Amino acid sequence: MSAASATAMREVPVPACPRVWETGGVALDITASRPDPALLDLPWSMPLEDWPADRLAALPRGISRHVVRFVKLSGRILAIKEIKAELAVREYYMLRNLGRLGLPCVEPFAVVSGRVDAAGAPLDACLVTRHLQFSLPYRALYSQSLRPDTAARLIDALAVLLVRLHLAGFWWGDVSLSNTLFVRDAGAFAAYLVDAETGELRERLSDGQREHDLDIARVNIAGELFDLEAGGLLHGEDPIDTSERIVHRYRELWDELTAAETFGSGERWRVEDRIRRLNDIGFDVDELATVTDLGGTSIFIQPKVVDAGHHSRRLLRLTGLDVEEGQARRLLNDLDSFRAATDRQGEDEELVAHDWLADIYEPITRSVPPRMRGKLEPAELFHEILEHRWYMAELAGQDIRIEDATVDYVANVLPSKPEEKSILGVDTTEIPVHAVDTQELPVVRRTAR
Amino acid sequence: MATVKFDDATRVYPGATRPSVDKLNIDIADGEFLVLVGPSGCGKSTSLRMLAGLEEVNGGKIWIGDRDVTNLSPKDRDVAMVFQNYALYPHMTVADNMGFALKIAGVNKSEIDTRVKEAAKILDLTQYLERKPKALSGGQRQRVAMGRAIVRSPQVFLMDEPLSNLDAKLRVQTRTQIASLQRRLGVTTVYVTHDQTEAMTMGDRVAVLKDGLLQQCDSPRHMYDHPDNLFVAGFIGSPAMNLIGMPVVDGGVRFGSTTIPVPRGALGNAGSEVIVGVRPEDVDVRPEGDGLPITIEVVEELGADAYIYGTPQAGQVTKEEGIEKPFIARVDGRRPPEKGATMYITPQSGRVHIFNGTTGERLVD
Ligand SMILES: Nc1ncnc2c1ncn2[C@@H]1O[C@H](COP(=O)(O)OP(=O)(O)OP(=O)(O)O)[C@@H](O)[C@H]1O
Ligand SMILES: Nc1ncnc2c1ncn2[C@@H]1O[C@H](COP(=O)(O)OP(=O)(O)OP(=O)(O)O)[C@@H](O)[C@H]1O
Ligand SMILES: [Mg+2]
Ligand SMILES: [Mg+2]
Repeated sequence: MSAASATAMREVPVPACPRVWETGGVALDITASRPDPALLDLPWSMPLEDWPADRLAALPRGISRHVVRFVKLSGRILAIKEIKAELAVREYYMLRNLGRLGLPCVEPFAVVSGRVDAAGAPLDACLVTRHLQFSLPYRALYSQSLRPDTAARLIDALAVLLVRLHLAGFWWGDVSLSNTLFVRDAGAFAAYLVDAETGELRERLSDGQREHDLDIARVNIAGELFDLEAGGLLHGEDPIDTSERIVHRYRELWDELTAAETFGSGERWRVEDRIRRLNDIGFDVDELATVTDLGGTSIFIQPKVVDAGHHSRRLLRLTGLDVEEGQARRLLNDLDSFRAATDRQGEDEELVAHDWLADIYEPITRSVPPRMRGKLEPAELFHEILEHRWYMAELAGQDIRIEDATVDYVANVLPSKPEEKSILGVDTTEIPVHAVDTQELPVVRRTAR
Repeated sequence: MATVKFDDATRVYPGATRPSVDKLNIDIADGEFLVLVGPSGCGKSTSLRMLAGLEEVNGGKIWIGDRDVTNLSPKDRDVAMVFQNYALYPHMTVADNMGFALKIAGVNKSEIDTRVKEAAKILDLTQYLERKPKALSGGQRQRVAMGRAIVRSPQVFLMDEPLSNLDAKLRVQTRTQIASLQRRLGVTTVYVTHDQTEAMTMGDRVAVLKDGLLQQCDSPRHMYDHPDNLFVAGFIGSPAMNLIGMPVVDGGVRFGSTTIPVPRGALGNAGSEVIVGVRPEDVDVRPEGDGLPITIEVVEELGADAYIYGTPQAGQVTKEEGIEKPFIARVDGRRPPEKGATMYITPQSGRVHIFNGTTGERLVD
């Protein structure tokens, strides 16, 4: 048997790969849209649990029943989950479909099946996803010193994610903090789905399916918070009250996005008002049902198709920057002040945006020394500098130039921030011991002088 | 405890053109373990969610005991939906892992303690109650997960594919545990799976669904021996029943060179051909003589038994099914025939199933 026939790699010519060859002509089967031949170098004939530490990237992760590990490969980090082949394949395609629907979730990379160990005994398949940069599992967040409202902010982000998934017809089946990754978003968080194993995608969901997910979410979140409490990591938040927040926030948002309104035909401004309200919470209205009654005395409106990303899409169009929704809102505000300050209200928006990008955003975010660039994403850094400028201005009782705020921030605040691009040297494992949890996220203290 | 009754229960999803569950009728006895089984999309989860109060019922009713619960909210039904996925929380003791859902439900601490201890005794986990889950084996962890459901002591347990993400060994082990536990607790249970083996080994009765329609609800034994239609015949049993099209002849149905005697009246308006079903273990296989000649293509030796896979010889069968799928027969594992050989198959008397080729209905008893 040749190496080529021993290894079936779909959608790509099979590379010559002595490794697989030597391990006895194992018939590995790799499904990927753009397979990386370097994948074959990983020790697939070993149970994932036994992979040598030098192959792994020790990143924090949530609670899971499957073995999950991170590896560095061709300059990127991949997450690998050992799971039954049919489930791996199903989750791979599910994640791909969710991605195509524009929903925030981790990006599937490959499924590796047909694994056998050295003795020829079969091993479970592996689902490979790209590690989401700058993402924070909730357990890693809880090992830092926290604002007392962290859980609430995480849950708010999860509520947005759940509403978006439900609007798209996705029933999750295992909603939890562990199955969500959080990314900083202008002081708040944005949530990404990480575990789609139990999910089902429909044309649209019934109320019962949505309720089912909410019920699962509430119990899982309460359990996860009780767990943090038992580990001494919760700061005065009540697990039960906090877990109920998911239900309230979800319903509020769902109603705002889907509820019908009726008003007198003299109040036509309310149509505009509804759209503006939806824009404010970050949604565009792609389709609004409007019905006038026969006598023409009342108007009925109901959003039919809404699409998250109102601000981020606008920013992307103006500047090419692809950032989270809250960050986009923040950046757009700064762009507006730039326009006001430079007295260019009448000018073409794109041109002003271009200048703002070249004169403000890029110089500021680039002025961070390279060694500190793994701490925060540029857009989040920019947000932090704006916040910092505000504090400085308040203290000084006068306006502060953003360049000065940046220098001060980089010297005095940024150095003590943890490295978050991919927090190395830390492992929260599926069963973290308290001691491991508290000492993680090495806080680098360096006087930047 | 309680009986459960699906009474013409129907669910049509908004925008759907036909019901996902169509006039479902099942009477479940107090303490019974009923398994809903069927291929993906047949309406299992929908049925379960209707019983849980999570899915609107568009027609018919649902009863728990003598209460019509059709319009009750989930929390007023006293049923426990066992999650597909159970996380175990590392910082919490086994006892807390089992009891925390009761805390959410507002049960007081001493009551929680009592119920957790009772559940631990049943699950053989008493000595681990104060430990962390990390210290437990895979099987024990699975039992803690079950404990989470047991402590709620509901009138009805609802389980939707609870074993789907376990490895094969743990799956078989846990299957047995759940079944025996359910019998000890005596709590009425509705269990959903797409795996017919799981259904047949666990259920007191098994309800087979297809396209939202109940096909048959029976004890595993009766379902195996008397499938009501072609779908059930092909779905239940592994390897599957051989189903082959055969011409109707004088005095019965032809089977190779023999005739299976069937009274003409029993065939009703089946026409000139019917589908004959025989399970792989219900045939005699001989190197010569009468019967259906098949050419052996694969011999699978399993020790005491062997399975032979072969193709009926040309002109012997009338339906495509009989040609596309190999005919499977179980033979003595010590003297299996050889690949390439021709063997003659005759069904054992009383072990033949005959179905209407058009409607799929069972003919003859
Ligand atoms: N692509 C990724 N990027 C970052 N982190 C990841 C990624 N994939 C997995 N993780 C981390 O690994 C953890 C476990 O992954 P996952 O939830 O998919 O496993 P699981 O065993 O299916 O979980 P469960 O027990 O909920 O079924 C996640 O909580 C997350 O922290
Ligand atoms: N929200 C919905 N809108 C429209 N049709 C739906 C919706 N949810 C489910 N269905 C359809 O209803 C039918 C039954 O679905 P259900 O989830 O109950 O099947 P199941 O037997 O549990 O399948 P599986 O084994 O895949 O879980 C399927 O055809 C499915 O596509
Ligand atoms: Mg998970
Ligand atoms: Mg289902």
